[in-house]
Amino acid sequence: MQQFVNVTLGGLSQGAIYAAFALALVLIWRATRIINFAQGSMAMFTTYVALVLIEAGHSYWLAFGAALLGGLVLGAVVERLVIRPVEGGPALNAVIVTLGLFVAFQAIAALLFGSSFESFPAPFGLSGFRVGEFTVAFTPFSAFVIGSVVVVMLGLVALFRFTDVGLRMRASAFNQEVARLLGVRVGGMLTLGWALAAAVGSLAGLLIAGGNLVHPAYMDGVIVYGFVAAVLGGLDSPGGAVVGGLLIGLALSYVSGYLGSELVTLAALAILVAVLLVRPHGLFSRAAERRV
Amino acid sequence: MPDSVTAAARRLLPSSVLGRNLLGVLAGLLVVVVVLELTGPFRNSQFATMSYYAIAAVGLTVLTGLNGQISLGHGALMAVGAYTTGLLLETGAVPFPVAMLAAAAVTALAGVVVGAAAARLHGPYLAGATLALAVGVPGLAIYFDGVFGGEQGLRVSSPRPPDWLADAVYFVTAGDLTSARYLAYIGWITLLAVLLLLANLTASRYGRIWRAVRDDEVAAELAGVRLGRMRVLAFVVSAACAGLGGAVLAMVVRLAAPSGFTIVLSLSLLTAVVVGGLGSLTGALLGSALLVFLPPAVTGLGTDLGLTGTQAAELAPLVYGVVLVVVMLVAPGGVLGAVHRLRHAWTRRRQGARDVGAVGSSKQGG
Repeated sequence: MQQFVNVTLGGLSQGAIYAAFALALVLIWRATRIINFAQGSMAMFTTYVALVLIEAGHSYWLAFGAALLGGLVLGAVVERLVIRPVEGGPALNAVIVTLGLFVAFQAIAALLFGSSFESFPAPFGLSGFRVGEFTVAFTPFSAFVIGSVVVVMLGLVALFRFTDVGLRMRASAFNQEVARLLGVRVGGMLTLGWALAAAVGSLAGLLIAGGNLVHPAYMDGVIVYGFVAAVLGGLDSPGGAVVGGLLIGLALSYVSGYLGSELVTLAALAILVAVLLVRPHGLFSRAAERRV
Repeated sequence: MPDSVTAAARRLLPSSVLGRNLLGVLAGLLVVVVVLELTGPFRNSQFATMSYYAIAAVGLTVLTGLNGQISLGHGALMAVGAYTTGLLLETGAVPFPVAMLAAAAVTALAGVVVGAAAARLHGPYLAGATLALAVGVPGLAIYFDGVFGGEQGLRVSSPRPPDWLADAVYFVTAGDLTSARYLAYIGWITLLAVLLLLANLTASRYGRIWRAVRDDEVAAELAGVRLGRMRVLAFVVSAACAGLGGAVLAMVVRLAAPSGFTIVLSLSLLTAVVVGGLGSLTGALLGSALLVFLPPAVTGLGTDLGLTGTQAAELAPLVYGVVLVVVMLVAPGGVLGAVHRLRHAWTRRRQGARDVGAVGSSKQGG
């Protein structure tokens, strides 16, 4: 029983991070129909920026804010400079561009910050809460992880539902031509979408890093599971990304807790294949229309 | 004048596709022999490396370039081929060509399973499923560590050059047939055989059907093409190539281990196929060459410029990443696409000049 609770709680906080990452992928997919494979590398980069600030003696929260802001700027710059020319072109070309960015960012990070493992601090305690005589595997930091992911999600919902900018972003994602005719500056909205997504990705990077070791390739696993989560939920559905992230987090936690950690990657494959065989466009897809 | 020369040369070529491809492969074999004999063991092993990347990449070209299915999981299929080869060679009872064919057959079988699952998926969903395949399959090797050797992997006893061949080579070239050179020969002869088969296949009915499916599914279906079956077939052909590539990899690296089949391998194959020029076998060769020869060249350049060893080692992926981005921005059709465009522009300009001349002399405009 105790193990079950621990495994579940661990899966939830891990799943929250996958959910945030998947959400970032979905934001970009909806806006520009591109899967950003460089998402993990960009998040790694901003996390290193935070680490440099912390090591220079600044507070965790200043570094946290700087990393999120850095993500915002990095996302916007990448969209403007590199992604804009391949938007609307062949899908594979955009994939290769983001793969190129993925490789390049990792190399830049290794050149600038070194490729050794470095520990990243956590703002809250990393020892589990005590319930009676048991110590559960739920730490103040896990609470912070889940809390911040929930806050970001609510913020995004509010942005898309209740603000003018959010409406314009949805319009340009829905139909660029029509949005342009209605006076929306579609290019700016796409840049904003990438910036927001990169900031959410940076958050996921910071949360994964907290209390752990960082090195230039530490996000590689997260991009795989984040992508699997996004595909699982259906790339067009932000809610699906969240559900997919939590599902993957929980499932992988159960598999590694009860069956053995070497089966985790296989479990991800099995879950994804099982879901896609039944629903080829993810769990939360609408009825698929095909253009003739 | 040069036009008539090329026309005469064209008349001398065999008229059948098979004949032309056979001639091309023979010419390729000649080049391979000359290059491998003239280069040292280090270059030989680089060429061996290029051969297994290229075998898998030309297979991926059939799938992604001709049939339009993206795969981020070909590294996993290479792993299937490599482990099959390793297990068969370990017994010592099987000669290596049989082990390679068996590897291709087993991987083709795996391709049937993966292809059947993938046939319903499109675009990013297919990408996601194959990405999961790429990270999942090496996990299988770790889980069944009794058979596959776990994290350490399987040591593969690569074939040694037989004495008669070494003697014959010594007789002809007065050089030793080193192990590296022998393996490079195995890799390149396999690659040329695969190229011959695929070049014929792409020019055949199947190649046309695959292109039709890629360009317009609905139109192809209306024309009587059974989409699912053709998709699975493309996957099987592509998987068999990946299996052969994995077999060569296992023999060249002398090891089949999960660390050799990371997600990076799968992604590198895709980048090689697209950067060289999507849909063309030559493009896949170019991309594989870039993959193998660019990083050491950049690292060498970095050390020459006074960077430390680790910095120079990181410079290579940086340059590779930047090359990927720049090629896609400058030449969306890949390197080969850019070459075609340049040649097209050049002939059009020459033709334009000739037309102007013709109009000037005889006023035969139209």
